[in-house]
This record gives sequence, structure tokens and C-alpha cells, in this order.
Amino acid sequence: MQAAIPRPSPASKILWVAIAIIGAFCLGVVALRRGESINAIWLVAASIAIFVIGYRFYGKFVEHSVLRLDPSRAPPSVLRNDGLDYVPTDKWVVFGHHFAAIAGAGPLVGPVLAAQMGYLPGTLWILFGVVFAGAVQDFMILGLSLRRDARSLGHMLREELGPLPGLVAMIGVLVLMMIVLAVLALVVVKALTHSPWGTFTVAATIPIALLMGVYLRWIRPGRILEVSIIGLFLLLGSIWLGRSVAESATLAPLFDFDAKALAWWLIAYGFCASVLPVWLLLAPRDYLSTFLKIGTIGLLALAIFLSAPMLQMPAVTRFIDGTGPVFAGNLFPFLFITIACGAVSGWHSIIASGTTPKLLANEGQARMVGYGGMLMEAFVAIMALVAAASLHPGVYFAMNAPGAIIGTTVQEAATTISQWGFVVTPGELAETARNIGENSILSRAGGAPTLAVGMAQLLHNIIPGESMMAFWYHYAILFEALFILTTVDAGTRVGRFMIQEIAGLIHKPLQETNSWTGNLLATAICVFIWGYFLYQGAVDPLGGINTLWPLFGIANQMLAAIALMLATVVVVKLKRERFVWVPGIPAAWLIICTLAAGWQKLVGPISFTAAANKYSAALQQGQLLAPAKNAAEMQQIVTNNYVDMALTGLFMLLIVTMVLFCLRALVKAWKTNHPTAHEEPYVALSSVTG
Amino acid sequence: MMTTRPIQALGAGWRWAVQTARLCCGIPDYDAYVKHLREHHPEREIPDYAAFFRERQEARYKGGGGRCC
Repeated sequence: MQAAIPRPSPASKILWVAIAIIGAFCLGVVALRRGESINAIWLVAASIAIFVIGYRFYGKFVEHSVLRLDPSRAPPSVLRNDGLDYVPTDKWVVFGHHFAAIAGAGPLVGPVLAAQMGYLPGTLWILFGVVFAGAVQDFMILGLSLRRDARSLGHMLREELGPLPGLVAMIGVLVLMMIVLAVLALVVVKALTHSPWGTFTVAATIPIALLMGVYLRWIRPGRILEVSIIGLFLLLGSIWLGRSVAESATLAPLFDFDAKALAWWLIAYGFCASVLPVWLLLAPRDYLSTFLKIGTIGLLALAIFLSAPMLQMPAVTRFIDGTGPVFAGNLFPFLFITIACGAVSGWHSIIASGTTPKLLANEGQARMVGYGGMLMEAFVAIMALVAAASLHPGVYFAMNAPGAIIGTTVQEAATTISQWGFVVTPGELAETARNIGENSILSRAGGAPTLAVGMAQLLHNIIPGESMMAFWYHYAILFEALFILTTVDAGTRVGRFMIQEIAGLIHKPLQETNSWTGNLLATAICVFIWGYFLYQGAVDPLGGINTLWPLFGIANQMLAAIALMLATVVVVKLKRERFVWVPGIPAAWLIICTLAAGWQKLVGPISFTAAANKYSAALQQGQLLAPAKNAAEMQQIVTNNYVDMALTGLFMLLIVTMVLFCLRALVKAWKTNHPTAHEEPYVALSSVTG
Repeated sequence: MMTTRPIQALGAGWRWAVQTARLCCGIPDYDAYVKHLREHHPEREIPDYAAFFRERQEARYKGGGGRCC
């Protein structure tokens, strides 16, 4: 039964026409002004207008015509109410929970990297990508799960497509998770390399979390707010103390590490943190990072609105031709791979089929949570892009280009970057480093440091003060690191359970999650896998992010493609074929992007193959190429590239397999003349709640 | 009447904020759980908040994907 869309009143028609005109005008300013810099507020206003229109019209269309959600239908939270996991909950509370679960480091990092092509390509992909792909994915998976007892993505894939496609997708999820952990840990490594101040504050989070854990367990059980406020003050104290540590001749060397040493520390940390009881370290830090994340996103929004910065980066740079230093590859397909989470993210399909559908009190609230939550995430991505584009482009490229391209001194870097057309002096680069209390800003790829400098400058504009910029910079670094480390140990734990489950198929006792043998073994395997990629990133000739971020992007968009393919199949199985394009077109686009990017990473000038061949040819002639210092390190780089090739190949194989499974299911469903989707039967909400 | 309304609204807003913040950390509403137990499982013992909190804290990290990148 299709619910009728109520006719709009004349007043609301006028309002929507006005929003459309304002949005179109702002977008026109963003897209068409050339040769003069524009204010970030134009971009922010255009984004808000597009999000509001997308939510009101396209979101509503998906709700009424494609998903046909029905507020009179009892959702899983009501049917299976157990007071714990399944609880009908206020829609704003669910929205807050859902947004906190989907917002991560991804939407902050991707847009910063993509800013090398200018702010316009990234902006357009985020705005249109989210309205037609990202939000559609989140919303449709949420809608499907709501109709299926809040089942998980894996379960729905098995049910609608068959057991084998379900297994294929789950392997994809496990590999994706390992890459996510490695690339996020690498972001932390890049931010903390030779930064005693940053390393000290991040290290201080461990004792702070332990203290919070003990407080929550024994002193004041369950008082999350209290302990989080205490934790926040201790964190701010550690930032303040970090300056003294960095300036001290005796203490600074204790916290001064190179990338390799930091990678080893993180690997050791990840292992220990994920075998300790959750209440001691993981949970308290999780609370702190959740609140800090929401607070910082709010702070960033405030800073952008109040300081209204000019965008110093050109709208489009020469690097759309694929010669960019931050990541290699043309605008197509690499822009769409690099900006993953802010526009469309496969991970969200796991959350949209996880806790959220168990909490929604009514199907009619799914659009606000599913579609609206993703629009909020895209807004975070836009803000990250604004923070990066409002930096001096010379500073931006100095921070994000690898040392192999711009050199390792401010003089070399300034010369190279000025030759690209972004005139910058060595003095400006050195002064930026001094302002943020660091020795160097060169080659700190990974998004976090760039965003931190951008945020520090924005906040400095509204709250001036001599030393405040260094404080804000280290606050932003701490916020991202805290948050990423929580993901690392929670992810290691989830990976461990998945590995134990697979190991249990071979030897039953290994499945026992309370057994120490199984636990330690599976944790070690999990840490080894992501640790390998992290270490590979730390010794990578191009600085790691350049190599690993595309792999992450391919994997994340692959999962999104799988989720959208599931939605496409279900739409046909429900015999709503005329709306097959709604999930079908974004699915096809992501399949094309991931396969094209995968292909270019396998064959051609920017491929892992080319890098492996270059190093192995040099090795045979007895030459050494930077950063390798001996033949063993040369061999290591060759091997790493072979592993990346194999992984890219695996991702492509996974996508092609899933496409074939889906096409088979589509043809079958199309030929059948009655609905074949596995929806739970209709139960009226009024019959349950009385 | 008029003087209590803003205070009530503040109280409701505060409860909403606390509930959201706790749910973001994987801790569902304790009052809703107690109400559920009273209505549907009167034979079961009602855990105090500390025990409820500990049980939920463990449950949050038992797998399932949980968070985004």
C-alpha cells in the first residue's frame, strides 16, 4: 500500500522555491567564480540548501515510493522489546546515537586529501554523492533491516542472495576492517612522528583512561558524565603539560619517535588493549572519544561560521590530471575513492543494520535517522574540506606531499611547491611549524595534522592569543588520535571474534571466546594482519598514506556497492522494478569506480606493479632507491607492493563475484510475477501497543 | 503553573541529553529496562544501576562491527 504524499500548502511551496533559489545562487558562486577567492560561507550555505532539498524531496521519494515505509506497522523495537537491545526510543535520541556511530575519522581525512584537486571537485562529489548514493544506501539498508527483525547486512545478504554471496561479502568486511585499522593507525603515526608534544599527550590518554575505568567500576559505578568531565580536564591538562615536555631537553627525547618506532608501539598497544578487560581501558576511552568527537565537530562548525574564512585553495588545481603529490591518479576514478565516508561509505550499512533498527520506534522516523544522519556526516566532510581549503595552499602541499617529492627541508619544499604555482617561502613554512609548537610540518600526510592546522587557524581567528594556536593544534591531534585508537582496539576485538569464529570451523575449542589460548592466538593473528600493513605504510617510499588510502577507499566503496546491490535486488524482488534505478545507478557507479581504480592500481604507471618492478629492477642492478637503505629494505618494498597487488586483485574479484550473484538474482526476480523478498509479515502497531 | 513549565522543560531536555549521551556509549535507558522488567517479567530480580551498567558495558564490545572508520 502506497502512502499518499500530502499536498504542500502555498506557504510551504514559496518556502521551498526560496530555498532552491538561494541554494542555486550559492552553488553558482562556488562553481563559477574563477580567479578570485570566495568566502567559505558560500560553500556552507550551498551545502545546507542542497541537503535540505535532498532530504525533503529525494529522501521523501525514497521513503514513499521505493521503500514504502508505513508508520502504522510495528517495528522490531516494539515486536521484540526486551528493554535492552530492542527498545522503542525517542527519534532524536536514536538520531544522536546513529550519528555518533557513523561519524568517524573517515569524513575528516578523505576530503582533506582530495583538496589537492581544489575544493570544487570534492564539494560536488560530497553534495551529489550523499544525496543520490550515500544517504540512499544508509536509509535503504535501515529500511530493509526494519522489515526483517533488525537483521544484519550479512544475514540479509544470505537470505536474499544465498549463503555463498553472504560468505563472500563477509570476507570482504573482514579484509576491509584490517585495512581500516592499518590506515587509521598510520594517520596517528604520521601525526606523531618526531612530535614529543603530540606523543606525550596521546600517551597520557592511557593512564587517564585507566583511572576513569577504575572510577567507573569501583568508585562511582556507571557515572559516565562525571567521569568524562574529569577525563576531559585531565586531557586538557596533558596538552598544557605537553608543551613543557616538548621544551624540556631531558623529557622531549623520551617522546620523540620515528615512524617505524611509533608503528611498533601502536602494534604492541593494540595487542594489549584488546586483551585487557573492556571496562579498564577500552570503554572509558570510548566514552571520552565519543563526547570529544561530537564536541569537536560542533566546535569546528562554530569556528567556520564565526570566522567565515576565505578559501585560499583554487576551485580546481592542475592536479586533476592525475599528477598530484598527495595521492596519484586522475579525478576519475580516484576522487570518488579518496572521498569515501563523507559521500558514501560501506561501513554505514553495518551500523544501519546493527543497533539503529532495533531502537526506532516507528518506520516513519527512519528517513530522519538514516537519510538525515548521513547528510550530517556529509556536512562534517564539507567542513573538513573548508578547513583544508582555507589554509595557504603552499602550507597544505608542504604538509601532505611525501618527502620523496618535496624534499626534507623547508627550502627544498618551498622551491618545489612554488614551482607548482603555489608560491610559498621557506619562512612561511617554518613559521607555521613554530606557531603550532612543532619542529616541522613537512610531509605529515593523513589528514589529521592538516585539519588540525586548519582548525587551529580558524579557532585562533575567533579566540586570539599568543600561544593558543599551538594549544588548538594539539587539541585537534589529540581528538583524532584518541578516537582512532579507540577504533583500533575495538576493531581488533571484533576482528578477533571473527577470526575465532572461522578458526572454530577447523578446531572447535578455538571458538571459545573465554579461553585464553583462543583469545591470545586470534588477537595475535588480527594484530599481525593490520600491523603488517601499518608497518608497510611506515616504511613506504611515498609516505604510506599515498599507497594505503586508495586501498582503503576501494575496499570501503566496494562494501557500499555490495550494500546498494542488495537494495537493488530487493527492490526488484518486491516487484517495484520501475524504481530499480534508485539504488541501481549508485551501485553501478561505485562498481565502475572501484573496478577502474583497482585496474589502475594493478596495471599502468601508478600501479603497485609498476612500483614493485621499479624497485626490483634497481635491486638487480645493485642500486638503492630512497627511502631503502639496504638490499633487504629494497626487497621489503618489492614484497609490500606484491601484497598490495594481491589485495587489490582480491577486492576486484570480490566485486565481480558479487555482481554476478546479483545479476542472477535480479534476472530470476524479474521473471517471477509475484514478490519474493523475505519481509516479515505485517503487524499493526496499534494491535501491539493497544 | 507558569513558573514550573520552563523548569520542567529543562528537566526533560536534560533527561533527553543524558539518555542520548549514554546510548552513544552503548548504555540503554535504565528506567525503560526496569519498567520493561516490571511489566513483562515480574518474577525476575531487578538489577541495580551498577550491575546493569557492567552488563551493558561488556555487551557493547562483544562483536558486531559497532563503529565507523
